[in-house]
Amino acid sequence: MSEVKHKDQKKSLSKIVDDLTRPIKRHYGFTPWILFLIAIMALGIWAYIIQIRDGLGVTAMRDYVSWGLYIASFIFFIATALIGMLISAVLGLIGIKWITPIARIAEMIAIGFAMWAGLIIIFDMGRPDRILNIFLHGRLQSPIVWDITVVTTYVAISLLLYLLPLIPDIPFLKKTMKDQPKWKQKIYEILSFGFKGHTEQYKLIKRLIRIMAILIIPVALAIHTVTSWLFALTLRVGWDSTIFGPYYVTGAFVTGGAAVLIAMFIFSRDFRLKEYITDFHFDKMGKLLVLLMLVYLYFNINEYLVPAYKMKTLDEHHLSGLFTGKFAVMFWTVQLGGLIIPIILMLFKKMRRPIPSLIIGIAVVIGAFFKRYLITIPTLLHPHLPIQNVPAEFSTYWPTAFEWSITMMAVAGAVLIITILAKLFPIMPIWEIAHEEGITNEEINQFVEEKNN
Amino acid sequence: MKSKNTPAEKKDKKLTSRRNFLKKGLLAGAGTVLGAGVVGSFDAFAESGDSIKVLGPDGKILTVDKSHLKEIGARPESQMQTEGREGIPGRKWIKVIDLGKCRNARMCVAACQHAHQLKPEQYHVNVLRMDREGETAPFFMPKPCQHCDDPPCTKVCPVDATFKRQDGLVLIDNERCIGCRFCIAACPYSARIFNWTDPRDVEKYKDVEYDVELNVPQKKGTVSKCLFSANLLREERMPYCVTACPNGVYWFGDENENAVTNGTTKETVNFKKLLKDNAAYVLLPELGTQPRVYYLPEKNRLFPYKYNGSTELKKEHSS
Repeated sequence: MSEVKHKDQKKSLSKIVDDLTRPIKRHYGFTPWILFLIAIMALGIWAYIIQIRDGLGVTAMRDYVSWGLYIASFIFFIATALIGMLISAVLGLIGIKWITPIARIAEMIAIGFAMWAGLIIIFDMGRPDRILNIFLHGRLQSPIVWDITVVTTYVAISLLLYLLPLIPDIPFLKKTMKDQPKWKQKIYEILSFGFKGHTEQYKLIKRLIRIMAILIIPVALAIHTVTSWLFALTLRVGWDSTIFGPYYVTGAFVTGGAAVLIAMFIFSRDFRLKEYITDFHFDKMGKLLVLLMLVYLYFNINEYLVPAYKMKTLDEHHLSGLFTGKFAVMFWTVQLGGLIIPIILMLFKKMRRPIPSLIIGIAVVIGAFFKRYLITIPTLLHPHLPIQNVPAEFSTYWPTAFEWSITMMAVAGAVLIITILAKLFPIMPIWEIAHEEGITNEEINQFVEEKNN
Repeated sequence: MKSKNTPAEKKDKKLTSRRNFLKKGLLAGAGTVLGAGVVGSFDAFAESGDSIKVLGPDGKILTVDKSHLKEIGARPESQMQTEGREGIPGRKWIKVIDLGKCRNARMCVAACQHAHQLKPEQYHVNVLRMDREGETAPFFMPKPCQHCDDPPCTKVCPVDATFKRQDGLVLIDNERCIGCRFCIAACPYSARIFNWTDPRDVEKYKDVEYDVELNVPQKKGTVSKCLFSANLLREERMPYCVTACPNGVYWFGDENENAVTNGTTKETVNFKKLLKDNAAYVLLPELGTQPRVYYLPEKNRLFPYKYNGSTELKKEHSS
């Protein structure tokens, strides 16, 4: 029903261009929002300077819980970044049409979060000044070297998957942004790569997008699988698991899917694009999220219930801590509130409407964040040999204000990248939407020429 | 600007390096033969008898034998570094810990922390309180780095800062360590520690030249661990912890010589026989790490278990 409605509303090209470039031209909420993000980041930068000066001792990490909030956030960021691959590559390649208005949003999320994931790893390093040692003395057998390789590759391909579909949009920007500052026009000039709207050029871009979309699938699977191996390749109870790769990847899609729902809501309301991101899109994305959550639930059952059935001595320490011990409240809140209840709710059509989607999306993202926390910390509190003769703070962990500030800086930083991209470029591909509305390349070229004169 | 080598020069260089290699090989061989000659007597470990007073890590005055003092910076740093990475040719260091003799005197811990510039809560060797699921009375278990032959820690290091030497030791180079702490996560024995803040007495050690075999000076933001006192082994002396023990808990020696010497009594025995006669075991053998530290079960105890007035093991390890 809603699909029919969606198809009926034919939009003219000038309307599409106006709607999608309006937020770029003027948006009064933009400056305060940027200032807010920069204020959060300033606090984080101050915390990081103190951390550099005094050492990682300003965190709550100690010799036993030697990885904490930073590493948990790192997994969360990589996870969120993975959605770019699922939506623009996998769904795009199999020809799903409804992703057109949200593919670029997913790609923006991927770029923002993947870039900051790389930075979080640096925040976690005891000696960030020696980062070049990884290149000078890098060893191939270390999963960290694999991780750095695939994360940088993923950022690069994601950037290409963002920039390539942007090229045919640049002529619209060049023509309608005459009143904008010089530097902005300079950026548009560079990024147009001499695009003139020839049929050959469209063909070339489509082919390039296709190649990148295919390339990003193995790379994206690799980044999160390697991230899971940082844990699974150790001999620790709770990490020593053979399904960690797919467990992480499926969990990542849940996180990213929920993040896309939140972004869809914000952009459709704040940028006044309800006609483009409709209830139909929320419904589709909600259905996709249910599917992803069900797959993730399946992996959760395998990851927790299989060892729980056997209850090997060491597993028992770990699992009873999660199920009934110190971490029980967080564990059940995350599993129920961040996974099981959202699955049940989103089975109903009413719950896939924009506002319920937003609320469920937020619950899933927060749950996903603390799920990473639950994967990282409890295992470290259950080493093979007892924790003894050390101060009490060594056998507990709760992040300090420094850790929260630095983590919030990363979140604000990722959102800032998304914000800046949304302020520089349209958040949807104008040309693809025009094509879907039945507007031909000739009409587009004609439109661009007209505006020019 | 580097001048380019002609092919002839290159060939010459290759020959020289091959010659050097042969030379080194022969030396190593000779070293092994010589080593076998002085089987386990460990005369070099003998104390000089002169003792001096030093300031301990907790501010107490300790009495230390003169022979335990080492002049720091005796070798140029570059040489310390290269030798430190290679290890001592022909050796395979091994440690045996007799659980029946430990009464938690913690002299090993103090000597170790003193030598390696550690704070009181930082352990290269820690004495743990253990039991066997109630089968026996609790016992004390000194736990140094196990110097595994298949070390999970060195595998994961992204920069080769921690490495396995030819003489079996696992060392850490804190001038290369980037502080990612992956090795800490990978070690199933919790043998590694991190300098979360400035190390102890950072000012005092400021100008000391770094010795990779001692891992001193310690550096903020880097990992540290038990080194089997590699700097002492190079001087044919036994590790700090081994000689500090008043109760004869530690045996130390060379697997190639099949001999271990007791750090307290200086008695030297057949290593394999010691293991066999006492049903020695290693920690967490199921993980396949192949430790170089062996434990003798707590039979014929010298001391009954007592900790903080209790003969029971209180579980600190809550889940």
